[in-house]
Amino acid sequence: MDVSAKPPAQMDGQKHRRSGGFAGDPLFKMLVMATGIGVLLVLGAIIAVMSIGGFPAFKAFGPGFLVSAVWNPVSQHFGAAAPVFGTLASSALGLLIAVPLAFGTAFWLTALAPPVPAAIIGMAVQLLAAVPSIIFGMWGFFVLVPPMAHYVQPFARHMFGHIPGLSALVSGAPFGTGMLTAGLILAIMVMPSITAVMRDVFTSMPTVLRESAYGLGATRWEVMRQVVLPWSRQGVVGGIVLGMGRAMGETMAVTFVIGDSNHIGWSLFAPANTIASLIALEFPESPAGSLKLASLMALGAILMAISFVTLWCSRILLARGEAQAGKRS
Amino acid sequence: MSASQTSTRPGRAKKSASRAVQRKIMDRLATGMSWAAMLIVVFVLGSIIWTLLKNGLPGLTASLFTKSMGAPGQDGGLANAIMGSILQTGLAILLGAPAGLLTGIYLAEYGSESALARAVRFVSDMLLSAPSILIGLFVYMVLVAPLGHFSGYAGSVALAILAMPIMVRTTEDMLRLVPLSMREAGIALGAPKWRVILFICVRAARGGIMTGVLLAIARVAGETAPLLFTSLGNSEWSLNMGRPMASLPVAIYQYAGSAYQDWMQQAWTGALLVTLGVLIINIVVRVGIHGGRT
Repeated sequence: MDVSAKPPAQMDGQKHRRSGGFAGDPLFKMLVMATGIGVLLVLGAIIAVMSIGGFPAFKAFGPGFLVSAVWNPVSQHFGAAAPVFGTLASSALGLLIAVPLAFGTAFWLTALAPPVPAAIIGMAVQLLAAVPSIIFGMWGFFVLVPPMAHYVQPFARHMFGHIPGLSALVSGAPFGTGMLTAGLILAIMVMPSITAVMRDVFTSMPTVLRESAYGLGATRWEVMRQVVLPWSRQGVVGGIVLGMGRAMGETMAVTFVIGDSNHIGWSLFAPANTIASLIALEFPESPAGSLKLASLMALGAILMAISFVTLWCSRILLARGEAQAGKRS
Repeated sequence: MSASQTSTRPGRAKKSASRAVQRKIMDRLATGMSWAAMLIVVFVLGSIIWTLLKNGLPGLTASLFTKSMGAPGQDGGLANAIMGSILQTGLAILLGAPAGLLTGIYLAEYGSESALARAVRFVSDMLLSAPSILIGLFVYMVLVAPLGHFSGYAGSVALAILAMPIMVRTTEDMLRLVPLSMREAGIALGAPKWRVILFICVRAARGGIMTGVLLAIARVAGETAPLLFTSLGNSEWSLNMGRPMASLPVAIYQYAGSAYQDWMQQAWTGALLVTLGVLIINIVVRVGIHGGRT
């Protein structure tokens, strides 16, 4: 898009001087470039500040900070293991639910729906993505938690409570809040962005490939399974990883429904916490300069590292998928 | 009929017929699941909107907009929170929009595929999906802890960092849609490049760029996490952005966790207001885009 690598021939010198033609171009270029570099600096500053803020905790607890599950403000012992586990487990659970939902919806949007309903439902999915996080939290707490406590959890315990191996998954009192509820909320929240990516990569496939498969007599599912999916594999994985990155950083909604308990366990119904929810809940009670605040900053640094690596992977996968699409079409 | 006529081996025909049935069943199954997934999504969105309307509408009174937040039972409103949200979101856009616009211009018109531009694009995309609570922590460390007090300005800066990448993305995308011939026409008339960009390209793409600004408003107006540690919240009417400042999402968060009937009512009504605002902006923007394209 670089239209004029060289400035245009300066025929009418006077006019250009009046409009800043000589000084304007380099100045403007410097201005936009400086703003661009500013964006880089913001990320650099975030990384630096989080690392410096968390440094006292890393220094005080050493590498043990990562594996210790203690969070005790009274004895001033803090460890990252429980919130890190909670973050990874709730996001994984969320993805487990979100990916089939997103895939089903993207399949419906691209292969099954007539144009007008597809436009309306596509819009509904985008609106779901726009609903603020705190609203999901309230909805989850007042609409999703009661049936979880009264029906889902007792029923699951009744069904699986006696089976060795599965009983650990459903142990604990039926509070309604907990890991599974957080996973459900996260699934609903990240599903729209995964759907959007899947829809984009599915529709970016050359129509002729799809049509030739139909011409051979393939059913819609076979076209999806054997033509579209293999073709758009990288983009689909990139979308899922993007959803993972989003899920791990979710704060407000998870804070409402996860139950806030600093422990590691296999039960789907036990309360837990995530890095983000722990920061949101504990930060107001952490005086400046305290070891607790440093520990929260260190947790923030860990979350930043995990989510940036995840987002980085998703960008690479998506870019590779796009490059491939460009090459083949 | 065709199978019995053409096939001399009935066993094989039977096998392929059963396979056809199997394929059909598989297709129906996948189609059914896909419908189910779509219906679940629609049901969830419907349930959220229904819950907000059912719980929020009864509290939608005039005093909600005229009175500031009060103690439980004191018949307060959300006027200060609504005003705080408007002020902080407004300042965030004022700070974030120029940065987003200029960066978008750099990416579309100057950087293109250079290493620096690729890095900027990449980082901007990362910031777009970065956990918003980290932005809050960052601004706390940079603007709140050193100054010793929470402030509306700090809240605005946190929101601006969240708003900027959205505008970078839309500005770049929209500028790339401006036809090359328009740029060439400008250059042929002897205009310097910066004037071509600002007065031809940006003007041609202004609809799309405005879309980005609106989407950024919709995104940051509902953000809670970055405001918890920056503008903190304030239960009194205050227009001083140098002091702690209320905002609608933080007020909802404070009230929704309470046990008081009237606070809960205000939390639901506030939630209804935020959601309706955000969704209406999104609908307007998306219908506008579709209307423009077709």
